[in-house]
Amino acid sequence: MAMANRTNRLSISNEIDLVRARQEVRVQAQAIGLSLVDQTRITTAVSELIRNMLKYAGGGTLEMEIVRNGIRNGLRITCRDEGPGIPNVDLAMKEGYSTSNGLGLGLPGAKRLMDEFNIQSEVGKGTRVTIAKWR
Amino acid sequence: MEKIPIIKVGDTLLVSIQSDLQDQVATTMQSDLLRKIEQTAARGVIIDISVVDIVDSFLGRVLADTASMARLMNAVVVVVGIQPSVAITLIELGLELKQIPTALNVESGLHLLREKIEQQQNGAGSNGFGPEEERARNGHG
Repeated sequence: MAMANRTNRLSISNEIDLVRARQEVRVQAQAIGLSLVDQTRITTAVSELIRNMLKYAGGGTLEMEIVRNGIRNGLRITCRDEGPGIPNVDLAMKEGYSTSNGLGLGLPGAKRLMDEFNIQSEVGKGTRVTIAKWR
Repeated sequence: MEKIPIIKVGDTLLVSIQSDLQDQVATTMQSDLLRKIEQTAARGVIIDISVVDIVDSFLGRVLADTASMARLMNAVVVVVGIQPSVAITLIELGLELKQIPTALNVESGLHLLREKIEQQQNGAGSNGFGPEEERARNGHG
């Protein structure tokens, strides 16, 4: 498929980028035939991840990639920032934990919405979160 | 920056939230709405989100806060038109928004508002607190 492996990269530095990123993710999710609920799940998860990125790192980049596994299509999204990093990832993944008076739903909530969720963070270097939804 | 119009119909205010909302537009709506409640002494507010295709933790919180703030100003907020995919996503995300009264559409939202406002006037439901909050306030349960 011509669209397979095409990577889209967006740079994120403010809330206008957030709105645009959500629109882009929705378009890609639609293009690979995700159901309306799955489109909404991945768009919402991305929204939460970008909010974290803006709040803690002031921004970053978002990569969208259409992936294939046999006959299955999926949408994989990587959020990368060069912020302060997360000292304790296990704690950050805990329900209701927030260092910023937030609801603490962001990371665990995004994880629940996705088929795949991977987070890597290094203090002083930044954070990378990869999520995917399969059709 | 775009603004969300607030329409007054009798003693009710109607707010239709558009999709692809910027955060600032949502928070401006919140303060505009409270000002309008003050100016018009509206008793009820319908917030229609039927065209909103995602509600994340930020927008969820704005809606919940708006309902609580309006309650302090003696107005009842009902959120209407939550899409099925939005309802599923909100619960999975962990946002139950239990404190916000909801209805399927504007029409049933108006009915619910009537009921809630009447309850308040008859003193039955006291200040629009749900039974749970009411128990907590009375120190029971």
